[in-house]
Amino acid sequence: MAEGQFKEGIAGGRLAPAQYAENFSDLHPPLDHHEALVESDRCYFCYDAPCMQACPTSIDIPMFIRQISTGNPVGSAKTIFDQNILGGMCARVCPTETLCEEVCVREVAEGKPVQIGRLQRYATDIAMEQNKQFYERALPTNKKIAVVGAGPSGLAAAHRLARHGHEVTVLEAKPKAGGLNEYGIAAYKSTDDFAQAEVDYVTAIGGIAIENGKALGRDYSLSELTKSYDAVFLGLGLGGINALRAEGEDAAGVENAVEFIADLRQSSDLGKLPVGRRVVVIGGGMTAIDAAVQSKLLGAEEVTICYRRGQEHMNASEFEQDLATANGVIIRHWLQPKQVIAENGKVSAIELEYTALKGDKLSGTGETVRLVADQVFKAIGQAFEPAALNGSGASITMEGGRIVVDAEGRTSLAKVWAGGDCILGGDDLTVSAVAQGRDAAESIHRALTSNGRA
Amino acid sequence: MADIRNNFVGIKSPNPFWLASAPPTDKAYNVIRAFQAGWGGVVWKTLGEEGPPVVNVNGPRYGAIWGADRRLLGLNNIELITDRQLQINLQEMKQVKRDWPDRALIASIMVPCEENAWKAILPVVEETGADGIELNFGCPHGMSERGMGAAVGQVPEYIEMVVRWCKQYTRMPVITKLTPNIADIRKPARAAHAGGTDAVSLINTINSITAVNLDTFSPEPSIGGKGSHGGYCGPAVKPIALNMVAEIARDPETRGLPISGIGGITTWRDAAEFMALGAGNVQVCTAAMTYGFKIVQEMIEGLKNWMDEKGHASLDDVIGRATPNVTDWQYLNLNYVAKAHIDQDACIKCGRCHIACEDTSHQAITNMVDGVRHFEVIEAECVGCNLCVNVCPVENCITMEPLAAGVMDQRTGQPVSPVYANWTQHPNNPMAKVAAE
Repeated sequence: MAEGQFKEGIAGGRLAPAQYAENFSDLHPPLDHHEALVESDRCYFCYDAPCMQACPTSIDIPMFIRQISTGNPVGSAKTIFDQNILGGMCARVCPTETLCEEVCVREVAEGKPVQIGRLQRYATDIAMEQNKQFYERALPTNKKIAVVGAGPSGLAAAHRLARHGHEVTVLEAKPKAGGLNEYGIAAYKSTDDFAQAEVDYVTAIGGIAIENGKALGRDYSLSELTKSYDAVFLGLGLGGINALRAEGEDAAGVENAVEFIADLRQSSDLGKLPVGRRVVVIGGGMTAIDAAVQSKLLGAEEVTICYRRGQEHMNASEFEQDLATANGVIIRHWLQPKQVIAENGKVSAIELEYTALKGDKLSGTGETVRLVADQVFKAIGQAFEPAALNGSGASITMEGGRIVVDAEGRTSLAKVWAGGDCILGGDDLTVSAVAQGRDAAESIHRALTSNGRA
Repeated sequence: MADIRNNFVGIKSPNPFWLASAPPTDKAYNVIRAFQAGWGGVVWKTLGEEGPPVVNVNGPRYGAIWGADRRLLGLNNIELITDRQLQINLQEMKQVKRDWPDRALIASIMVPCEENAWKAILPVVEETGADGIELNFGCPHGMSERGMGAAVGQVPEYIEMVVRWCKQYTRMPVITKLTPNIADIRKPARAAHAGGTDAVSLINTINSITAVNLDTFSPEPSIGGKGSHGGYCGPAVKPIALNMVAEIARDPETRGLPISGIGGITTWRDAAEFMALGAGNVQVCTAAMTYGFKIVQEMIEGLKNWMDEKGHASLDDVIGRATPNVTDWQYLNLNYVAKAHIDQDACIKCGRCHIACEDTSHQAITNMVDGVRHFEVIEAECVGCNLCVNVCPVENCITMEPLAAGVMDQRTGQPVSPVYANWTQHPNNPMAKVAAE
């Protein structure tokens, strides 16, 4: 029977044990002291800096970089945390190549931006290693606020509310806090259990109680929360997975990329984590890339991403696409799934149809191709599951399957704010979720304290 | 959190960072922006006599030198004192001081060396509510040719005379700004002190030509093919300024005279160094002209952070702390022995330490050991000069390690003496004093 990489079907132990550690080590190892100084020296301290404008949390990037260059990394970290208390994770997972670094004047001029993300990690790592807490809580307001979901938006909201002296209870359905930082990020982007370290760092301010295993709609209803709390912040994730809409997609071996990524992050022994010998990933976003690259790193022999549109339409950044191809993933475009072919109930191949744009409309050309596969990952987007919001009381205004909020994060319901992936107009970025949580917290604070005065 | 409020000769400001008298403080518009950005005070750009204002060149006023990545290292300028009407400046100063009562506003003044000229301007300046005056005895170009600025600052007797007039005709604190274009900075400082000045500020800019255009053979900045020396400032001048501040701080005749430190201050660290050497506060210009007023936020936060880390509660815990450690060469301990040490794990084997030592110093670093490229200190040759440390591109790769008392110095074959002994006691010194304390 074939061993290791050549095992047919979905199996673990494809690699030598030591190989796993190497494959899943830090994607961008931290800058050392000298590297950080040299890199920070490249920043021009631009006026009204484009990088700062591009950052959803508006971190004062020139200032934090200057503080690194003047030997004040702790002060630098404070500059970052002032705007983004999850600046440590954002330094790791932000697609900087499409945000701050894309508009860095040195990127525009030379094609070599200042490495803002890695500098941000340098500063925040130093402050977090020293457990430097920069914020003290204001005097107690005796206001109780429920935050639903301990993901990036919920944690950012909870921290800002706690700072203002409110008592925050975070209700989290999963066994661990962190949301997608804990369950949804490729392992090589968040090594050494950083997501949990960050949760501890954020909650160290006090006044934040996280209750795990508490799911909205299952264990309590929204109307119960609005009755017993002064305000509610909904920082829910996207629980639903979009279907392939391909025949036979319930065959064994057709799996959700999101669950695969979560399982991988929670695995204590990657060698036991099963992966197919030939993997096909359907989708064109970050989730598709994360699932494909990690399949390859677990020892899959062939990994192919199939995306129904062209390269220029992919949601995954160019950097992420390059990362995938550098790891041996094949990316194929203009292919949509048509039929999953199974043998004995297990996927053995997938048939895809070529697509083309006719005007603005994408449609199948009728021509097909069949790829051998023993595992197929669905990564064609997630959906918000509004059922959790149901309960006694008025229903919340939704549009396009997401919660509608105003500029401050207020929903249509009194006392209820929302932010992160569950809101309409969210862009599925950790850093945007942080900004929305933070800003909603300020709005809540204003509402509860007559315009900010306790 | 450290308290960085500043009290300089009775002039209070929320932090020790003032903008120096220069283009950034020429008018209310700039000064208000500076205060909004957080500057603790400003020294308003130098006022001249009532009457038609000076005129500036209409070509380039600034020249510069840069690092390879265009980091501005030194700037020079040929701008003169304010070219705006005295009355306009005075009106604006009065309004700004009224609107920003917690910030320091100092008037820089330069009028001819005549008693009546000073007697005339001081009351109108006082009327603005300014917190003090700074006498511009430093400007090295243009004005000095008219017998003002550095032309006064280079003659201690004039300094004393003008300071005396100012102390006589105004109740405002007097800060005397000194030119570095002089052999011994203590002389003008002593003269200002003798005249009764409340403080000195230094350094003003240094005579300089930043570059020569090798196509046109014109000095830079070029005004139609000709150039003039300008006043040099920016990060490059800081070491010169630090020394001059220290000289005045430790001079027995001027010890305790408040000093406002100026010269290339760009970061919180620069400011802390000036204050450690005895400056009661600092003035900044080039950093603001390079990066904008916001740069002060880095200085404020960095200074506070450092003070917190070191447990310094207020500026008084910092000011002058390094002054007692500045001494004359003759008092340095000749029995202090240090040897270079190369951290082999950090060494990138570039060979610069070796060639610097081999060609220009003491042949105390190997380049090859047993046929392998290897850089190592030969302690029997090392005089501990520190050149290798300074040319090494890797921070902390080469360090100077002091030898403990009693340890054999392989170069001299003698154990390191535990006794402090300096040149004044050394047998080779024909003037050696026996049994100095």
